[in-house]
Amino acid sequence: MLSYLLLALLVLTTVAYYAGLSRARAFATASGHAAQHSLSGYHGAFVAAWASLPSFLLVILWLLFQGSVVDQLLISSLPVERIKDLDSGQLNLLVSEIKSIAKGNVFGEPDAVVLAAAERYNSWNAIASWAMLASALGLAVVALVVARSYVAPRFRARNEVERIASVLMILCSLIAILTTVGIVGSLLYETLRFFSMVSPLEFFFGLNWEPQIAMRADQVTAGGAFGAIPVYVGTLLIALIAMLVATPIGLYSAIYLTEYASEGMRAVVKPLLEILAGIPTVVYGFFAVLTVAPAMRDLGAALGFSIAPNSALAAGGVMGIMLIPFISSLSDDALNAVPQSLRDGSLGLGATKGETIRNVLLPAALPGIMGGILLAVSRAIGETMIVVMAAGIIAALTLNPFEPVTTVTVQIVTLLIGDSEFDNPKTLAAFALGLVLFLATLALNVLALSIVRRYREQYD
Amino acid sequence: MTDTTLGSTGSGHDWSSPASRRRVKRRYAADRRLQFYGIAAIGTAMALLGVLFVSLIQAGYAAFTTTKVELSIFLDPAAISQEKPGEANYRRIVRDAFKAYFPDVTGRSDERSLYKIMSSGSDYIVRDYVVGNPGKIGENVKILVPVSDPFDQLYKRIIPRRIDALSSDRIALFDALKQQGVLSVEDGAGVAKVSVFIDPAKVPSEGGVAAADYDAMIKDGLRSYFRNEYSRSYEEIISATAAEKLQSVVAADPSVVGKIVEVKLPLAANYDNLLQTGQATIRNPRFGSDVEFAWFDSLEKRGLIATPFTWELFFNADSRFPELAGLAGALSGSLLALLICFVLSFPIGIATAVYLEEFAPKNRTTDLIEVNINNLAAVPSVVFGLLGLALFLNTFGMPRSAPLVGGMVLALMTLPTIIVATRAALKAVPPSIREAALGVGASRHQVALHHVLPLAMPGILTGTIIGLAQALGETAPLLLIGMNAFIPSVENIGLTEPAMALPTQIFSWADSPERGFVSRTSAAILVLLGFLVMMNLLAVYLRRKLERKW
Repeated sequence: MLSYLLLALLVLTTVAYYAGLSRARAFATASGHAAQHSLSGYHGAFVAAWASLPSFLLVILWLLFQGSVVDQLLISSLPVERIKDLDSGQLNLLVSEIKSIAKGNVFGEPDAVVLAAAERYNSWNAIASWAMLASALGLAVVALVVARSYVAPRFRARNEVERIASVLMILCSLIAILTTVGIVGSLLYETLRFFSMVSPLEFFFGLNWEPQIAMRADQVTAGGAFGAIPVYVGTLLIALIAMLVATPIGLYSAIYLTEYASEGMRAVVKPLLEILAGIPTVVYGFFAVLTVAPAMRDLGAALGFSIAPNSALAAGGVMGIMLIPFISSLSDDALNAVPQSLRDGSLGLGATKGETIRNVLLPAALPGIMGGILLAVSRAIGETMIVVMAAGIIAALTLNPFEPVTTVTVQIVTLLIGDSEFDNPKTLAAFALGLVLFLATLALNVLALSIVRRYREQYD
Repeated sequence: MTDTTLGSTGSGHDWSSPASRRRVKRRYAADRRLQFYGIAAIGTAMALLGVLFVSLIQAGYAAFTTTKVELSIFLDPAAISQEKPGEANYRRIVRDAFKAYFPDVTGRSDERSLYKIMSSGSDYIVRDYVVGNPGKIGENVKILVPVSDPFDQLYKRIIPRRIDALSSDRIALFDALKQQGVLSVEDGAGVAKVSVFIDPAKVPSEGGVAAADYDAMIKDGLRSYFRNEYSRSYEEIISATAAEKLQSVVAADPSVVGKIVEVKLPLAANYDNLLQTGQATIRNPRFGSDVEFAWFDSLEKRGLIATPFTWELFFNADSRFPELAGLAGALSGSLLALLICFVLSFPIGIATAVYLEEFAPKNRTTDLIEVNINNLAAVPSVVFGLLGLALFLNTFGMPRSAPLVGGMVLALMTLPTIIVATRAALKAVPPSIREAALGVGASRHQVALHHVLPLAMPGILTGTIIGLAQALGETAPLLLIGMNAFIPSVENIGLTEPAMALPTQIFSWADSPERGFVSRTSAAILVLLGFLVMMNLLAVYLRRKLERKW
């Protein structure tokens, strides 16, 4: 249905273009080109834009809201005695049962109410689709006729088309803002719902994180299940391990590459380091499970202590590998930004290259390097797949890197996989964690930028 | 001494003094140390990259071939009708064909374990073959069907036939006991002749010898043979049934209570095996019995085993059985999601970048837009998944697990990359181009559309391809919107149908317990990395080929 509609709109748009074009050409040839304000093509584009854009917008809005409107209709059409005792979860279950029956997947013997509702659902959806088709095509045809009537020799079609293009471009630019608003809005809304069920004090300062228990209704308020401190501690522990791996390797590589390495070596090593940045994180996660964790377990066994298979060390170490190119390229930029005159001055005073690096270049590049490290930390705490695959799920409050810990992102994913009913604290907790994560990474990024701006030496 | 050179008087410092030389030496040593650290850091990073690739290839290359057994089947027209070739009992047909290789195997349980050599998907493979070639009904055909996962792994030498049952320290304990001369074989079973003190304290007053703690007595008795051992792992050498044996001895003669008796206690199975065969290995528990190896070996000897390239990896849908699982569903899901991502993010990204770079006035709104774009580039991907879940799925009621929603979420993530790349490409177009076009009377829109954009296109395309490559590897947001559904067929492919994506398929295979999925996962990763390499090479090629230097 939808694809036919889009195809019809496309055909109509083409028709509209030629309708505008032919009319413009008609008077262009009649009066000679001199009298015409815009080229004929602009007249065509003007008609085509008016024929397609409003009805396209209508289709998008219709599609966005048809589902929820029909759902509301469906729920309100159900007999009151059937749904008055249901909580929202059961109601959702009933609605999805009706929908699956409407699709033709009948399991068991549904009661008459459900069957009737499924039939109603199908017919409403059909009505809605036909109504959308009719109104979209009708709107397009009307707009086509009206827009075509504007086409005249003195009509400023080019200016109109450019105005439409400008508006479209501005709308596209606003998508960035809308996305941010969408993220903050949805996270905040669900978080507030979460805090209406679980006290924020408990969430921010509690020491016990056992969200799965809350699936049982009688335990929601049993207390102690949503203290997120162990989750934060685990996140920071893994991020710390990752930074301990990535910072020295990344920084020393950058120093060597900018100050010592030959041109040929740089040309080989830099792309290789960038490969590390281009590998998807799910691959790193599998690498951690396949290679790093067993190797660490064997190493621990050889040294006489036990390392858990999903230890913080394995997850953090692999995350550190992922962050190496990040730190190294940002430090590289910072070191390259130090003017050559500083190097020359230091070398001219008799300092060795190493002394120049330590005493002149690093202090000068420090704001950039610090900014890079903070950005890497923000990456580390937001990184998901490595920890989902290689770190633990149980939230243990420990700083021992050989024990499994869990992170904010792991909890978000485990709480939400296979579950989209937003009516219990278990799923809503994921949004609260998401908000914390969003704010933390935002703060780190802002801090990193401000450090770079504030402490950057101005040389030129 | 009249050695007053100009240098030493001039600076007042003797550069050639031993102290000074030492200092210079130390300074240059520090320099070399720094260099060494740099090389070590780069070496570590390269080594880690190498280990990553080597371990993936090592684990993954095996999945590119499948161990198959050749069945020769008579497609009996009596069993398979021409009209409905899909509805015959292919399970029976396949099993009979396989059974024909082993005429001397009889008995239901033997036959059952014999059929376990074949993959459980063999019936469908034969069915699909017959449905595809109905003309072959009535003929003898030879069809390759995969063997089941354990035999596949066995043939590729990934898993061994026998595994170590006892660690070396356990064997050492056993040898220590053996040297004390207490072990012997009697009636085909290994026994240990041990002195045990029948402790009256362990015989309760009520219940008597029937309720005594013989287990503890045996452990105490064993202790005297291992005076220097701190761990108590030697206790597992004696079978758990030893307590019954001791009880029967004491029950037969209750007068031994309070005395030391010498009893022959049975050994635990693994140690019994070690004593009698000298081998500390057992059959790999993934196989039912040793005769399965013999069957498989005879197939191999008759030349019926082949290892063709695993085309199934690309053309099969997902499956619970590793030897049948393929990436077709994941590839199509990823392709559709990337298509949506491209269709949305490419025009929107270019429009945004052109507006900001060519038209936007410098005011608070455009500042806000720029801040937002930079910020979105740093938002963790899982947060985009939360957005998709809350907004697209729950508020707008879009279908779960659908490539459409996945593509929309990926588009939001890819937008900043495309915008930044496009702006850089637009900036690189020299102002003289714009001025010349404006000078001959073009409008600002015409300048942008007709002159600047075409010149910036190579840079834009490069940035877009790199952004799409990132989107192809993105996993977390797709997990949250449910694009990790198990889809065992590729019949329903569509923008709103449930689907997998390549990275989520990797994630779900990595989570599967079957051993065979380890190599499937690695192979899937190699396929994913192959696509990423191709996309990046394309980007590099475009940059080299099309980009102009001004």
